[in-house]
Amino acid sequence: MATTVIPFGPQHPVLPEPVHLTLKVEDEIVKEAIPALGYVHRGLEKLCEIRDFNQMITVCERVCGICSMIHGACYSQSIEELMGIEIPDRAKLLRVIWSELHRMHSHLLWLGLFADAFGFEALFMQFWKIRERIMDINEATAGSRVIVSVNIIGGVRADLSPDQLRWILSELDIVEKEVRELQDTMMNDYTIKTRTVGIGVMTKAQAWELGAAGPTLRGSGVAQDMRQQGYGGYAFLDFEPVVETAGDCWARSTVRFREVLQSADLVRQAISKLPEGELAVKVKGNPPEGEVYHRVEQPRGECMYYIRGNGTKNLDRLRIRTPTFANIPPLLAMLPECELADVPVIVLSIDPCISCTER
Amino acid sequence: MFGSFIKKSRAKSPWIMHFDCGSCNGCDIEVLACLTPLYDVERFGIINVGNPKHADVLLVTGTVNHRNKKVLKNIYDQMPEPKAVIAIGACGLTGGVFREAYNVVGGVDKVIPVDVYVPGCPAKPEAIIDGVVAGLAKFAQKVEEAG
Amino acid sequence: MKGKVIDVTLDNVVGEVMNMKNDGQRLVSFSTYNAGEGKIGILYHFDKALENTHLRLVADMDKPIPSVSGVYFSALLVENEIRDQWDVKFDGLVLDFNRTLLLDPEVTKVPLANNLKIGPKN
Ligand code: SF4
Repeated sequence: MATTVIPFGPQHPVLPEPVHLTLKVEDEIVKEAIPALGYVHRGLEKLCEIRDFNQMITVCERVCGICSMIHGACYSQSIEELMGIEIPDRAKLLRVIWSELHRMHSHLLWLGLFADAFGFEALFMQFWKIRERIMDINEATAGSRVIVSVNIIGGVRADLSPDQLRWILSELDIVEKEVRELQDTMMNDYTIKTRTVGIGVMTKAQAWELGAAGPTLRGSGVAQDMRQQGYGGYAFLDFEPVVETAGDCWARSTVRFREVLQSADLVRQAISKLPEGELAVKVKGNPPEGEVYHRVEQPRGECMYYIRGNGTKNLDRLRIRTPTFANIPPLLAMLPECELADVPVIVLSIDPCISCTER
Repeated sequence: MFGSFIKKSRAKSPWIMHFDCGSCNGCDIEVLACLTPLYDVERFGIINVGNPKHADVLLVTGTVNHRNKKVLKNIYDQMPEPKAVIAIGACGLTGGVFREAYNVVGGVDKVIPVDVYVPGCPAKPEAIIDGVVAGLAKFAQKVEEAG
Repeated sequence: MKGKVIDVTLDNVVGEVMNMKNDGQRLVSFSTYNAGEGKIGILYHFDKALENTHLRLVADMDKPIPSVSGVYFSALLVENEIRDQWDVKFDGLVLDFNRTLLLDPEVTKVPLANNLKIGPKN
């Protein structure tokens, strides 16, 4: 059988971002996929040498706009660990609230894009319509829709008033109700199932060995969620990681769907436990010499920061490993032996975020 | 007769194409949000297409780097004349927070001519719609001039 | 730094990584830093049931480093990234992009190894 080489990307209608895959196909069946990255590489890790450690928050938030809050929180937590700062409990829980709102909007965004990938445009519009409520919460509480920029070293810069908290709770109820209305379509619709069930299967052992992260890992039956470490405010909250065992595209989308509801629950818990108190502690001096290694759970999975301080206001090294970077090897393992028409669905099922991957 | 019909409909119902250079996704998702029910640019007759050969207006988000500048140029060249380019976000304008990074070339106008600049980090959907409307006026003018 | 740190050398790094794999550890990623005097520090981060283990390798930048992509396929991307960022060579890399994973020929400096210029790519 002759092999045909089909380029997928860098500009492709289902991909919001440029990434390139060279697909070797035999008669509609993909035999091999080779990635080409670098279309979004900016080199921001090196910016830590010219920006000081406070300014780097702004840069870290822009590693990826979709999970910006969690990048900012992860960076701040790492620097706080390096400098030995304990932040107020109120700040910890406020970070959780914004982080979980971010997770919800990210998952809703992805569910919409995923629906678009198999051509269900009405569902795409529905999910994005629901998501606007969360964007409104972000804008009303932090002043910006996408990049909320609430983190500072030592705490947060914005507060939530009791009125705002009540309003957030009532909005969340509406979001949850509207999301549940779509549950049956997303999980049980016949056409959706034909496009997702049994497509791009990855077993539990494979997922573990290839270092998958986040919903891609949990969709294959591994109950691992970095929030279980109890970093920041998560120590005060109760939750179980969401797990599905099928390992196919359907399982991964179901994990994300259920995580939207889980995040709504976490926001409610955090609001109910929110103590009175300061928003931030004063920070003096520069990060000392030393290293920190910190991991958080982002919407797309485990994100790792490695920071080396050298006693000056600039950092020696900032290394960011984002979830999509870990999910590309599993993707390469999922693609062989799939049909060409399923490639967009499988690529989207890992929730690729290329600007994270390449930084 | 046919020519004037095409001329009129191109300006009345422009098809846009969105290209993401090295954006952090912040501006990207705001561009997409413009297409969804709350902001709904389709009411201006604007449709998002995936093929540069069908597009009249190019929306570009993000910084240009050494690799995607070739793609950007290529896409721009494939679009039929006349065409308008709208650069979105601090990154698309100048390079934004990443301007000093080693792999960043700078704003979109280093590679292709830009008609409208939409500031913001990220640019709000309202601002993007404003920018598109301003771009349409320029586009209509170009269609006029092209005759 | 959270977790146990084990020092390894060029000779036993692949073996140690193999031990980690047999122990059922998941490779999280590598981190690199400038260890001074033309040396690069590489940390191999592993995770098992949320426990962290790190292997630390300090090696010369101009000598090839044994690749662990044969043990963990997922090391492939990060090793290529390190090749881009530091211009170090990996021995036995399963798919070597030869410093083109992220960078184009227009970037003539090795980004993270300060002040190091390179010639054109071959
Ligand atoms: S302008 Fe800001 S939000 Fe937009 S792509 Fe650049 S960094 Fe991201």
